[in-house]
Amino acid sequence: MVVNMLSRVAESLYWLSRYVERAENVARFIHVNLHLMLDYPEEVLARQWEPLVTTSGDEKDFFNRYDAATEDNVIRFLTFDKENPNSIVSCLNAARENARMVRDTISSEMWEHLNHVYLDLKKHSRQKKIDDLHGFYTNVKNAGHLFVGLMETTMSHSEGWHFARLGRVMERADKTARILDVRYFMLLPAVEDVDTPFDAILWGALLKSTSAFEMYRKRFHRIYHKNVADFLIFDDYFPRSLNYCINTAKKSLKFIVSDFSEKTSAEYELNKLYEIIKDGNIDQVVNNGLHEFIDIFQFNLNIVGREVHNSFFSMKNEKMVESMSQVQVSSTNE
Amino acid sequence: MNLKFDSYKTEGFFDEVFAADGQPRNGAAPIVNAINELPINDLLKRQKAAELALLQSGITFNVYGDNEGEEKIFPFDIIPRIVQAKEWERIEKGLKQRIEALNLFVNDVYNSRKIFRDKIIPEELVSGADSFRKQAINLNPPKGIWIHISGSDLIRDEKGDFFVLEDNLRCPSGVSYMLENRAVLKKTFPKAFKTMNVRPINVYPDRLLAALQFLSKKENPVVVVLTPGIYNSAYYEHSFLAQQMGIQLVEGRDLVVLNDTVKMKTTKGFETVDVIYRRIDDDFLDPEEFNPTSLLGIPGIMKAYRKGNVVLANAIGTGVADDKAVYAYTPQIIKYYLGEDPILPILPTYLCSDKKSLDHVLSNLDKLVVKSVNMSGGYGMLIGPMSTQKERASFAELIKEKPRDYIAQPTINLSRAPVICGKNFVGRHVDLRPYVLYGEDINVIPGGLTRVALKAGSLVVNSSQGGGSKDTWILSENGNGGEHAK
Repeated sequence: MVVNMLSRVAESLYWLSRYVERAENVARFIHVNLHLMLDYPEEVLARQWEPLVTTSGDEKDFFNRYDAATEDNVIRFLTFDKENPNSIVSCLNAARENARMVRDTISSEMWEHLNHVYLDLKKHSRQKKIDDLHGFYTNVKNAGHLFVGLMETTMSHSEGWHFARLGRVMERADKTARILDVRYFMLLPAVEDVDTPFDAILWGALLKSTSAFEMYRKRFHRIYHKNVADFLIFDDYFPRSLNYCINTAKKSLKFIVSDFSEKTSAEYELNKLYEIIKDGNIDQVVNNGLHEFIDIFQFNLNIVGREVHNSFFSMKNEKMVESMSQVQVSSTNE
Repeated sequence: MNLKFDSYKTEGFFDEVFAADGQPRNGAAPIVNAINELPINDLLKRQKAAELALLQSGITFNVYGDNEGEEKIFPFDIIPRIVQAKEWERIEKGLKQRIEALNLFVNDVYNSRKIFRDKIIPEELVSGADSFRKQAINLNPPKGIWIHISGSDLIRDEKGDFFVLEDNLRCPSGVSYMLENRAVLKKTFPKAFKTMNVRPINVYPDRLLAALQFLSKKENPVVVVLTPGIYNSAYYEHSFLAQQMGIQLVEGRDLVVLNDTVKMKTTKGFETVDVIYRRIDDDFLDPEEFNPTSLLGIPGIMKAYRKGNVVLANAIGTGVADDKAVYAYTPQIIKYYLGEDPILPILPTYLCSDKKSLDHVLSNLDKLVVKSVNMSGGYGMLIGPMSTQKERASFAELIKEKPRDYIAQPTINLSRAPVICGKNFVGRHVDLRPYVLYGEDINVIPGGLTRVALKAGSLVVNSSQGGGSKDTWILSENGNGGEHAK
C-alpha cells in the first residue's frame, strides 16, 4: 500500500535540500573571492567584498550590525554569524534540523553525513579560527556535493526525492541569478579594463563562483562578458544555468503532480518562468538590460516558491478542511 | 599490555558475568577470554569507536534547558551483560503472566470494577492515583488490549534472585538503545557473539508492527508513530522505530480529525489513519478532553477513538497499573485474575497511606528506600543507607504531609556487572528492562536494556542520574550456555 507523503515531510525535504545548496553556494562565492584577492590590485580590494553581501540579499541586516564590508566582517557575517539565518553555519544547522525531522524518510547515509558535517562545524566554530579558511570552504563545498551524491545514490527517486531536488534547483537558480546580477553590474562600468588581464580575471572569477569556468571554456573558449551571461542564463547543459535549473524543476514538479486531477498553481507559475527563459536570447536580454531581466526572473522565481508552498505544504489542506467541513454541515442539515 | 579481568573483584555482590573472582559464569567464558586477549589500547579504542558510532549516527537524547539544544549520547559500556537461558525462561513466563494480569486489571478498573467489590485492592487507592484517567472509564479498546507496549524493570539481589522493581505501561522508551547497542556490539565482538549463541532481538520492529496492525479491522491499516517532535528527549527512538517499521512518523500538527476520523495531511490531501503508536502522554493527546493548552495534541482524537475509528497504543489510562502504590498489590492482582501465584516476586512494599506501615517507615528511614509514587527517572527518592540525617528529616516531613504519595522498600544490593572505568574493570550496579509486546499473543523480546549506575556504589541506574547502558546477551538453551568455563 502506497502512503502519500506528509506535507510537513515534503516541506522539510525541500528546505533541507535548499539549505545545503545555499551553504555550498555561499562557501563557493567566498572561496572564489579569497582567491581573487591574490591576483587583484590592492586599491580595489576593498570593493570586492560588499557584492557578496549584496548577493546574499541580507545587506540591511549586515549594515545594522557591522560598520563596513571588510574582508573580516563579510566572512564572519556570511560564514559563522548565527544571527544571520543565511550564514553557512545557520544553513547547515537548519539543514540538519530538517534532516532530523525526516530522518525516517531519508537514507541513513544522508542523515549521518549531515550529522557529521554538523558535528565538524561545531568543532570549527568553537575554535573560532578564521585562518585556514581555504580548507574550511573546500570542506563545505565537498559536503554539499557529497550530500547531492548520497541523495542520488541512496534515496529512492520518488516523491520525496523530487521535492528535495526541486528545492535544490530553485535555490541554485536563485544563487546563479544573484551572483550574475551583482557581478555583471559591478564589472561592466570598468570600461577601461576591457580586454585587460584583469577583465579576464574578474569574469573568470564569476564563472568560478558558479563552478562554470571549465565548462564555459569548452563552449566559448575566450572570456567575453556577453557570452558569460549567455552561458549562465541559457546554456542547455550546464547544471547551474538558469535554463537548466528551471527545466529540472519542471521535471520534478511533473513527477510530483503526476496523479493530480487539477493543475496546481505551482505548475502554472513555474511554466510562466519557463516561458521567460525559453523565449529569450542573450542579445535581447543585454539590449533590454540584464539587471531588468534578472529582476523579472527572480520575481517570478519567488512566486513559484510561494506557490510550491501553497500547493503542497499548507494551503491545500486548509482549503480541504474548509470544503470538507462544509460538506459535513450540509449533510447534517438534510 | 592487556587489560585483564584477573584483578576484577566481585566484592561480595552478585555479579552478572563472574560466579566468583576469576571465574566466569556458565557460557560467559568466550567474551571474557576475548576481552582478556585484547591489548588494552585496542579495547579502549573499541569502546571509543562504539561511542563515536552512536554520536555519528545521532543516537542521542536532548538535554533540556540547553540553548544550543545540545545532544548527548547515552553512556554505553561495551562489556555485555549475560543472562542465562534458564533465568530468561523464568523471566519470560513471569512477564507474560504479569502483563496479562495487569491488562485485565486496567480493563476491570475502567469497566466492571469487580476487583473493588471483591475487596482485593482499595478503590480509593486506585482512583486516587495520579495516573487514573476518568476519560478511560467505559472505554473498550479493540481486542481488549490496553497495554500493547511495555517494559518492566527487573533487579537482582545479592543472592541473584530476580524481582520486579516497577512496571512501565505507558509506552516506555529505551528499546532503540537495546537495538542499537546490539548493532554496535556485534561489530565490537563478532567472534564471541557468534560462539555464545546469543538470541537475536532484531525481530522487534516486525513484531511491533504486527502487534499494531492486529488492532485494526482493516486488512492493510495505516499505522503511524506519533511523536511530540524533535525537541522531545526520545525523538531519536520515535524516528528510529518509524524507519524500522517503514511507517510514517507524524506530529500532532500533521493530523486532523474530520467526521470523527483521524486524517493526516499529505501532499495529495487527507489520508485516514487507523492505528497510532503514540509517544505523547495521555494529558497532551487531546486538548478537548485533557490539558486544554496542549499544542502537541489533536483536538477530537478521543471522540474518534471512542467511536472505534482509530486505535491508540497504548490505550488511555494504563498508568494506573504502574502506579508505585498499586504495585504493592500486583501479587494479589495476578492471583485474582489468573488464579496463579506470581512467577516473578515483587519487593516488600510499605504504603505510607497505611498507618502501621507509615510508623514503620518513619522509624526505619535509614534502612529503606523511599519513593514518591508520582515521580520517575530516579527523582523524588531517598536511599536510606546513603542518606544524611538532614535528608531523612526533610523526607519525613514530606511523607507525613502526603502519605499516599510515598512508598518504601528495603534497600537491595543490586547485582553488578563489570564496566570499563579508566584503565580498569570495576563492578557497577545494574538493572534490566525487557520489552513486552501484546498483540495476537504476548511476546517478550529475548533481550532488553541493561542500565548501569556508572557512579561507584550508586544504586540509581537512570540516565538522568548518571546511568549508562549495556547490551544484554540472552544465551540460548542449545548454545554452549551449559558448558562450564575453565
